[in-house]
Amino acid sequence: MKHELIKGNEAVIKGALLAGCTNYFGYPITPASEIAEAAAYYFPKLNRCFIQAESEVAAINMVYGAAAAGSRCMTASSGPGLSLKQEGISYLAGAELPAVVVDVMRAGPGLGNVWPEQSDYNQIVKGGGHGSYKNFVLAPNSAQEMCDMTIQAFDIADKYRCTAVVLTDGCIGQMMEPVKFPDKVVVPQEKDWAIHGTAETRKNVITSIYMSTETLKDLNDRLQKKYAEMQTHEQRSEDFMVEGASLIVVAYGITSRIAENAIKELRAKGLKVGMIRLQTLFPFPKDRLQKAVPLIKAMLAAEMSAGQMVDDVKLAIEHKCPVEFFGTYGGSVPTVGQMSDAIEKAYQKHTS
Amino acid sequence: MEQTKIVTKSKPTGFYENFDRKVGKDKKTTHYCPGCSHGIVQKLVAEAMVDLGIQDRTIFISPVGCSVFSYYYLDAGNIQAPHGRAPAVATGAARARPDSIVISYQGDGDLAAIGTSEILHAANRGENMTVIFVNNAIYGMTGGQMAPTTLVSQKTLTSPAGRLVENDGFPIRMAEIISSLGAPTYVERTACTDSKNIMRTRKAIRKGLQLQIDKKGFSFIEILSACPTNWKMTPKDSVQWIKENLEPYFKLGVLKDISDTREARSRSQPIFDPATVFGVLGLKKEEKQAVRTSKFAGERRLKIAGFGGQGALTAGALIAEAGMNEGLHTSWIPSYGPEMRGGTANCSVIISDKRVGTPIVTTSDVLIAMNGPSLDAFENDVVKNGLIIVNSSMISRKVARTDVRVVYVPLTEIASELGLKAMANSVAVGVFLQHEKILERKTVCDVLTTSLKKQSALELNFKAIDAGMTFKEGQKKGITQ
Ligand SMILES: Cc1ncc(C[n+]2csc(CCOP(=O)(O)OP(=O)(O)O)c2C)c(N)n1
Ligand code: SF4
Repeated sequence: MKHELIKGNEAVIKGALLAGCTNYFGYPITPASEIAEAAAYYFPKLNRCFIQAESEVAAINMVYGAAAAGSRCMTASSGPGLSLKQEGISYLAGAELPAVVVDVMRAGPGLGNVWPEQSDYNQIVKGGGHGSYKNFVLAPNSAQEMCDMTIQAFDIADKYRCTAVVLTDGCIGQMMEPVKFPDKVVVPQEKDWAIHGTAETRKNVITSIYMSTETLKDLNDRLQKKYAEMQTHEQRSEDFMVEGASLIVVAYGITSRIAENAIKELRAKGLKVGMIRLQTLFPFPKDRLQKAVPLIKAMLAAEMSAGQMVDDVKLAIEHKCPVEFFGTYGGSVPTVGQMSDAIEKAYQKHTS
Repeated sequence: MEQTKIVTKSKPTGFYENFDRKVGKDKKTTHYCPGCSHGIVQKLVAEAMVDLGIQDRTIFISPVGCSVFSYYYLDAGNIQAPHGRAPAVATGAARARPDSIVISYQGDGDLAAIGTSEILHAANRGENMTVIFVNNAIYGMTGGQMAPTTLVSQKTLTSPAGRLVENDGFPIRMAEIISSLGAPTYVERTACTDSKNIMRTRKAIRKGLQLQIDKKGFSFIEILSACPTNWKMTPKDSVQWIKENLEPYFKLGVLKDISDTREARSRSQPIFDPATVFGVLGLKKEEKQAVRTSKFAGERRLKIAGFGGQGALTAGALIAEAGMNEGLHTSWIPSYGPEMRGGTANCSVIISDKRVGTPIVTTSDVLIAMNGPSLDAFENDVVKNGLIIVNSSMISRKVARTDVRVVYVPLTEIASELGLKAMANSVAVGVFLQHEKILERKTVCDVLTTSLKKQSALELNFKAIDAGMTFKEGQKKGITQ
């Protein structure tokens, strides 16, 4: 397709429709509302279903019902809405249903404000609801990836029968960039385990209640096996100027875009710095980070929170090199200058 | 007991032959207590499902509560839902499978306490589904706590002195509430007591299902039910208690029935045909590989600001899209949210020959200030030798900086004279084209040709751009000059 200048949030919906999504259930919230608005505009035109639910709780449970009935379905929201969806996401995990959730992060806690932050990391990447489960988490940093990762999310959700979350932020959702949409429309496949309201699927049951300790253990074993498989096969990251770097910045989403500018500036000044940009947050790109450790002096975890992803960086490399932290919060996005200063400080500390 | 005569004593059709999903050795009997209405109601549902020929099409939603294990018994597609969310889950299933028959089955804690929002809104949307509401005035599964339908003075584990109005309010009459909504087709309250009332319940369930088969929307059947275990009564006394205590408060009967006038509504099949999908999404095939036509090398960071309605954001998008069409990397990001209301609106635009890092412009190469507050806010962020385009129609002061290039243009007046005040932003784009020489006039005009909502103003906008491009300072006076 020809490039189109489009908002990240809108690219999500065009991507979803190309991926064969038939059901969208949402509730308005800044800075994610354009997703629901675009869904309301486009879905009915293709006889696909859009419902503005009465709450995020209802929306995620509609997703649960539509997923159980075998459709490709999704919802989108921001922090306060995601907090409400956690119950449903836990049930989706327990019932092993495929679903796509988009989280356009804003600043918290509480009502916080509508400006960007990355402080939903823990609630999305660590599970968030009750039980030992994980979501597959993709982290786009451009409008193009908002489209591409939404499409991938549907495939991943179906492949692993899990919730795939596109975790992004107010900036990436609100910005317009050129996007090249794929020239393929996916026709969703029937799922033999789902309940279609047909003779063949009459025998099926979707539930997350397992009354015996053995069967519930089986479910948990099955889930953990899936997560291990994801960890082996699905880690994704992108290198940026890592050649010969002594300090590696680890970042995702809008923060990684700011770090690009900072790194270019610092490289021009002769500092050996680079970045590993995370594209999946679960599975966490451990292998790539560990491979970098012997070649560098330190890492700097940069994120728009008081420190959430940084914990995973430390765990991933098993504290084998120092990990510095640069975090901002309150809804203000760090400037390139602030980012450069933080990187330079960490660099000086560990190289001189 | 009298009630058992009505309902088939042997296993009804619509139930599994053996309850293989049931945990434990006994695969023949249900887990419901003796005299529990759940057992009776579910048999009525199972038999209706078979008699109406909808067993294959049925999707049964089991709630949280004593009926959580309905899928042990009912031989139909089963989805177990979170506490209170059955109507939302049912909505999802019904929308995903419009030809299925969706039965949302709930207790009073599930439906009238934690799930009030979900039931109200599913009803209000008139979802094509049948809701069976088993109201036993107590929380059964958790061992007998107060429910929203517990009667005043009724003792439960969490109303040990009896339900107190001062503390707990009055029991909720859900059927009345649902029947007050516009969309529901059919609302009835029945009781699971004697044979006459069980027959009525049977009829009501069948009516609700038939309406759904006919695609006539939402039906709601509230059934006054017994929980002998938590009421601490015999099954027989329980039936009597329903008659003497529940029925006077929760009146039996049809509360709403518009089934004669409610038209059938079908849903169309989703469209996946690529040509239609691309058409609807406005996606255009790429005829030839996109090539960079621009000779521009480097990066320009623009801040465009004004009050809402001056079109600062649109001007930014126009420049970004033209940049894209010339094969450059571009980004556009607005200030968003409540900030947009009233005060100033601004956007950051970047045009570059390389991949764009941060889309947020903090120090700009170009500032287009459409009003005074915008100049005040962003003047100091312009880089040395950067360009400031000042709308002198709106801004009476001069730029204080001496290390930048400044053009004063009465954008609003020029636009007004051309006949459309709202085009001040297009004049500004023209000024930008002239002074920065990164983009071609033609690419910008082509973008307008394909994207301008008000196509009748297309020629005027071209004129506005040209006026901006040819404007010479001193040629026309702004208010300051
Ligand atoms: C979120 C949540 N809160 C509480 C519970 C515990 N719980 C299970 S069943 C139930 C009440 C069921 O009562 P009712 O809906 O009247 O159904 P009954 O058991 O009487 O059929 C409660 C509170 C739960 N499972 N989930
Ligand atoms: S506890 Fe009450 S509602 Fe639950 S099965 Fe027993 S009688 Fe029925």
